[in-house]
Amino acid sequence: MTKIALSLAAALMMTGAAMAETVKVGIAAEPYPPFASPDAAGAWTGWEVDMIGAVCKAAEMECEIVPVAWDGIIPSLTSGQIDAIMASMSITEERLKTIDFSDKYYNTPTVIVGPKGMDMAATPEGLAGKIIGVQVSTIHEAYVQKHFAATAAEVKLYQTQDEANQDLIAGRIDATQADSIALDAFLASAEGMACCESKGAVADDTEILGLGVGVGLRKGEDDLKAKFNAGIAKILADGTYEAVSKPYFASSIYGG
Amino acid sequence: MTRDFWLPHRIVMAALFAALVVWCVMTLRWDWLPDYLGLAAQGIWRTLWLLALSLLLGMTLAVPLGLAQAAGPLWLALPARSFCTVIRGTPLLLQLWLLYYGLGSLFPQIPWIRQSDLWPILRQAWPYGLLALTLSFAAYEGEVMRGAFRGVGKGQLEAAKSMGMPRLTILRRIWLPQALHRALPTLGGETVLQLKATPLVATITVVDIYAVASRVRQDTFITYEPLLLLAVVYMAITGLIVLAFRHFERRIPTRTA
Repeated sequence: MTKIALSLAAALMMTGAAMAETVKVGIAAEPYPPFASPDAAGAWTGWEVDMIGAVCKAAEMECEIVPVAWDGIIPSLTSGQIDAIMASMSITEERLKTIDFSDKYYNTPTVIVGPKGMDMAATPEGLAGKIIGVQVSTIHEAYVQKHFAATAAEVKLYQTQDEANQDLIAGRIDATQADSIALDAFLASAEGMACCESKGAVADDTEILGLGVGVGLRKGEDDLKAKFNAGIAKILADGTYEAVSKPYFASSIYGG
Repeated sequence: MTRDFWLPHRIVMAALFAALVVWCVMTLRWDWLPDYLGLAAQGIWRTLWLLALSLLLGMTLAVPLGLAQAAGPLWLALPARSFCTVIRGTPLLLQLWLLYYGLGSLFPQIPWIRQSDLWPILRQAWPYGLLALTLSFAAYEGEVMRGAFRGVGKGQLEAAKSMGMPRLTILRRIWLPQALHRALPTLGGETVLQLKATPLVATITVVDIYAVASRVRQDTFITYEPLLLLAVVYMAITGLIVLAFRHFERRIPTRTA
């Protein structure tokens, strides 16, 4: 009996040690170009995927990318199925109640996109009577609920930004709000170019729009947090960040 | 009645169930519930009317579909048969998405539809959900009704005919009532299945009770409690459906030859 218990304990320790070597980095399993989207073969590519590689290399960690459905990504982290989240997740007070974050690795403006020729602006008055579609559980949903819901006709929630974009093309919503980069990519596509245009950036609200995008981590894992912070600092200093960003963005998205 | 019901094994089961409920209430997190009660009530209401309307419209389509297959001429039987086969042969989720993202995104490209008075309805999601649920129910029940119409004794129909009863009267007074009565137990089961098909509409932005549970999870990161509540809601509705069909089955007297 003791023997079995001992070997079991040894096996557990060994798996524990093996697991510590690879850090499982969760990304959202939904396409979010140009940050992360699967190519024809199913391999994930994009700025954020490259950034995971660069940060992990700089921090000397073995990282494994694990796609997880966006709406279950925080439970996956807290239950230990993944060890970190790098899925364009903004650092917010609300999320900090449940998880911890590294330093930010990017921060971009938030814009409103609507149909061409439709009269609107990225203000509560400019969106009065309009149907606004946003991705659920994002800072954009929180922002729209706080600033635009009172004057808008309706706020529709989507599982992915892609579905909101489709419904914008189909005329079921009048506007959508998201990260400028994600929406620039949509506006650069043939469908997006035909239907829609940017209606400008929304007014800042750091309480909701937060402190940029960071690596989501379990609370209390300070060693891992320090490693990620060191990795981010290193690639910013040695020019890797610029080199990784160049193919995707015209200007740096690190932000002020 | 109550004496017969409270047998020892049932008392033990009820006690276990009560203990389980108490345990759930005491140990799990329910502090989110007051904030979402209004939304949950709206969600339940939407689930219920989607179910009721799709049952009603679907059954209205199913009777002619069944009749056409059981006794109709080839030019009616064949389209009915094809409709049932195609709808039953493809996933409901696929039909729903084809209607919403396919048909629904064609409409705005046609200017006169976009300018018409119907557009405020057509741009919403629920008409596509209702249509998909209705077509699905019609196809499955069309098949059930085909069997039910076939199963009614030929002798009765021939006797009625030889007495000079008009064909519509035969249908109304002999054929349909007996077919419905035969199909009733199956229809009860199919209605429960239809209830459990309704959460699919959450994928096209209709906020039914399932969508509300997802919202709670996404807003608060609480996973199990809303799902447990969701299970209880569906079980309660299922219980009502079962009771309603038991009532119908008792009320319609059996009159087979």
